[in-house]
Amino acid sequence: MEVKEGISMPDVRLVNVTKKFGKIVAVDNVSLHIKDKEYFSILGPSGCGKTTLLRLIAGLIEPDEGEIYIGDRRVNNVPPEDRDVGFVFQTFALFPHMNAWENVTYGPRVKGFGMQKAERIGHEVLEMVRLHERLDAFPSELSGGMMQRVAVARALAAGAKLLLLDEPLGHLDAKVRNELRYEVRRMTKDLELTAIHVTHDQSEAMAISDRIAVMKKGKVLQVGTPQELYMNPQSIFVANFIGGSNFLEGFIAETKGRMSVIELRGGLKVQAVNKGMGKGERVVLAVRPETFTIKRGKDADENALFGVVERFAFEGTNVRYEVRLENQDLVVVVAPSMACEWFNIGERVTLSFQPENAHLFAYPELGLREELAVE
Amino acid sequence: MPKKFVEKLDRLSSRPMVKYGVYLVAVILFFALILVPPILGIVIKWSSMQEIFGNSQLMNRALDAVKNSFVMAVLVSILDVAAGIPMAWLIARSRSKWANILDTLADVPFIVPTAVLGYSLLLFWYRPEGISAFFGGSLVSPGWFLVALLHFTFSYPVVVRVIVGALLDYKIEYEQAARTLGAPPFTTARTVTFGIIKPSLIAAFILAFARSISETGATMMVAGAFENGPIFIQNTKDVYVGATVFVSLILIVVSCLIFAAVRVLGGKLKLPFKKAWPTVERKISYSSAAMTRNGITLLTFFIIILIPSLFAALPAFKAASTDILHNALLGVYPWGEYWQSLVLSYSLGAAVTVLNVLIGLPMAIIVARKRLGKTSSALNVLVDIPIIVPSVALGVSLRFFWKETLAFIPDILLLVFAHLAITYPYFVRSMSAAVERISIELEEASRTLGAKPFCVFRTVIFPLTKYSMFSGAIMVFTRSVSETGATMAVTSLKTTPVVLVDWVKGKIAATSLEIGLGCGFLILISFIILLALRLIVGGKGRY
Ligand SMILES: Nc1ncnc2c1ncn2[C@@H]1O[C@H](COP(=O)(O)OP(=O)(O)OP(=O)(O)O)[C@@H](O)[C@H]1O
Ligand SMILES: [Mg+2]
Repeated sequence: MEVKEGISMPDVRLVNVTKKFGKIVAVDNVSLHIKDKEYFSILGPSGCGKTTLLRLIAGLIEPDEGEIYIGDRRVNNVPPEDRDVGFVFQTFALFPHMNAWENVTYGPRVKGFGMQKAERIGHEVLEMVRLHERLDAFPSELSGGMMQRVAVARALAAGAKLLLLDEPLGHLDAKVRNELRYEVRRMTKDLELTAIHVTHDQSEAMAISDRIAVMKKGKVLQVGTPQELYMNPQSIFVANFIGGSNFLEGFIAETKGRMSVIELRGGLKVQAVNKGMGKGERVVLAVRPETFTIKRGKDADENALFGVVERFAFEGTNVRYEVRLENQDLVVVVAPSMACEWFNIGERVTLSFQPENAHLFAYPELGLREELAVE
Repeated sequence: MPKKFVEKLDRLSSRPMVKYGVYLVAVILFFALILVPPILGIVIKWSSMQEIFGNSQLMNRALDAVKNSFVMAVLVSILDVAAGIPMAWLIARSRSKWANILDTLADVPFIVPTAVLGYSLLLFWYRPEGISAFFGGSLVSPGWFLVALLHFTFSYPVVVRVIVGALLDYKIEYEQAARTLGAPPFTTARTVTFGIIKPSLIAAFILAFARSISETGATMMVAGAFENGPIFIQNTKDVYVGATVFVSLILIVVSCLIFAAVRVLGGKLKLPFKKAWPTVERKISYSSAAMTRNGITLLTFFIIILIPSLFAALPAFKAASTDILHNALLGVYPWGEYWQSLVLSYSLGAAVTVLNVLIGLPMAIIVARKRLGKTSSALNVLVDIPIIVPSVALGVSLRFFWKETLAFIPDILLLVFAHLAITYPYFVRSMSAAVERISIELEEASRTLGAKPFCVFRTVIFPLTKYSMFSGAIMVFTRSVSETGATMAVTSLKTTPVVLVDWVKGKIAATSLEIGLGCGFLILISFIILLALRLIVGGKGRY
């Protein structure tokens, strides 16, 4: 297939890359290695520097410090048209004076492929994005979903082996978004492309990525597969941003082998796997809402907390409870709606969890609130 | 503006009565002040045309002159757009602070009073004290080539201004998209950027064309035996009234047809893009080629545009070292009149600019957004008329309209009206081209968010078009400050260009040093005003 041509192996490496805009450090000493044919996501809250990172890779801006490699080639100061990347813009940036077909075939045409070849490629990619109607429509006449398809088709048609996607689904409604996210992944896999996908939506990133880099304030906090990030978050921010967590403050009361006893506020005691923290140290315990087992009454389970159901919401697949603990902390619990009994507001319940499934962190220097802040 | 007042305007603007009222007033003012006065004096003498139909020799001469006008206008406008694009690019895309200065220097030929510009070019290209000194004889003699140089020179700033405004207002993301798709910078500009700012390119072409069709004062100085429409009128107006009417009408009607055609075809016409030539286009895209291009652009600008335009002012440096400067500053004869005229010129320029923005803006929106359906398309063509009317004919016509119908009208008001008519198209053109480029969706978005029409203008249209609006205002201001021909025709009040023409023509005894100094002051002050405005307005968001 035409669009599959090309020989370079586009793995992407960033080495200590920094980009500043005046005083703002948009990308702060980032090092990443994105492997050949990988579907890689960059995930983080708004303004954390995701777009800037992508623009650096595409060559739309140059880093202040650090090096960028695509394949074996150091691409610092190589202009964007020579980096052989496809870029799907956050706002699509479809050329307003060209219709859909002209937009899609723009890449092959400017590369001087000749009309016949350009048309063949155009048909191929349109086949791939399943867009055949309305090719003579101008961008202003297309729906959001169609614009997105045209934008992806245009990037694919240029024949690059590396596809950069800047929140390509951000402007679409939830249902279309859910369909298209798998479609985009399928296409990149079919074409054996390397894809870097920027998003602030963790469920999107989790669903389609081989690996994810979580960013905050210009820094990469953690890189890993979705499972790794979920099972083994290395910071409070990641524990919260990926999947969400309850955060219980306390200190280490006792250490026994790899386990510690943590005394929470109000003298409640639970166990967790220690990560090298000493007795008396202030800690934060992160427990995911779905980690808790919820039971009626006051059961003397191991690792149990007692409380009263304060709020209840049926979410379809799951039921979500807010439980006020004895120490007045509020925790969120999610239970599958089919599997177990339901609890009413005001009911006394027991929450228990496996120590291996909770994550212990040293108390952050700047306080918990600051650590979790997304801006 | 006080907040209460703005809110009140916002609220008022949502009433259809008020909205259409504003449009109606804009249209009425357009007809009453801008369109009718310049042509009424011509149309009313319609019947006098008979004398030319009976005289085949005169007729042939007239037709030749008209043909010369159009050939010249087409040639010059194409060259201007071709030369203006790389210059505008250099100015708009440069990250250096020098860009502001270059931007202002590009306005110089527009600041120099037209008649003085003619004189200056004559000195530079023809007289022994100019460039001819290096060639042992006159390099360019008065005639069609010198006229072409002159027209190229005075339209250059207009073209650059319109394109710079467009480049600054336009969204850079399209270019970035093209680059990631593999287009080198030159291809990107050719296929994407200029495709998107095409309305502004067309507007620039039309403004250059119209000015070339109508300019009289400066053309006269360099024409020699060459005769185009306006010169023909100048040469025959005292003998044959009909000839003036005939030629003016042909120029106006044919120009309007050409403009309408350019707009219709221009809308459909795509820049040639069946093919790309990757190897060639890459070669001319990168630094060495870009440097060469910038070098040629700057060289052309300095040698063909800037130095000849300023040549008449060069003696100012010499004058500065004599006691002429001293006398000038003290207001010794003839300088008293000069300083008064300077005050008049700048106040007039400021007043005309403000009025233009007020009455021109609604018109720009009507035209760009087709707010009045078919009427809008007609207005779109009519807007250009005041700058197509040959300025001799315009002056006569304005005088006839205002003086003979409203004898009591004060001269100063007459002057304001005359300048308003001449400058109006510049503002409306650059502004409507800018509004056309804004997606209607943005306007709709802001409406659905609860913004009243005036608020949409304040918060969406204005911020997105402010460079074009500023460009338009600068053109109006500079054109008003340098206007000569029509000013002389309508009133005896003396603006600085009129004073300088008096000096050049020897009506008032002045040495070439004094003329140089007079031009020098005018250019310097205008330059400082424009640069200051540009630093205030353009300093932010430019980079
Ligand atoms: N051209 C620029 N000039 C100045 N500051 C910029 C520029 N581009 C980005 N920034 C700043 O850099 C920071 C990171 O911006 P960036 O666009 O990369 O964020 P993002 O993660 O893509 O956000 P979002 O999810 O909202 O798109 C922000 O503080 C932003 O204001
Ligand atoms: Mg972004």
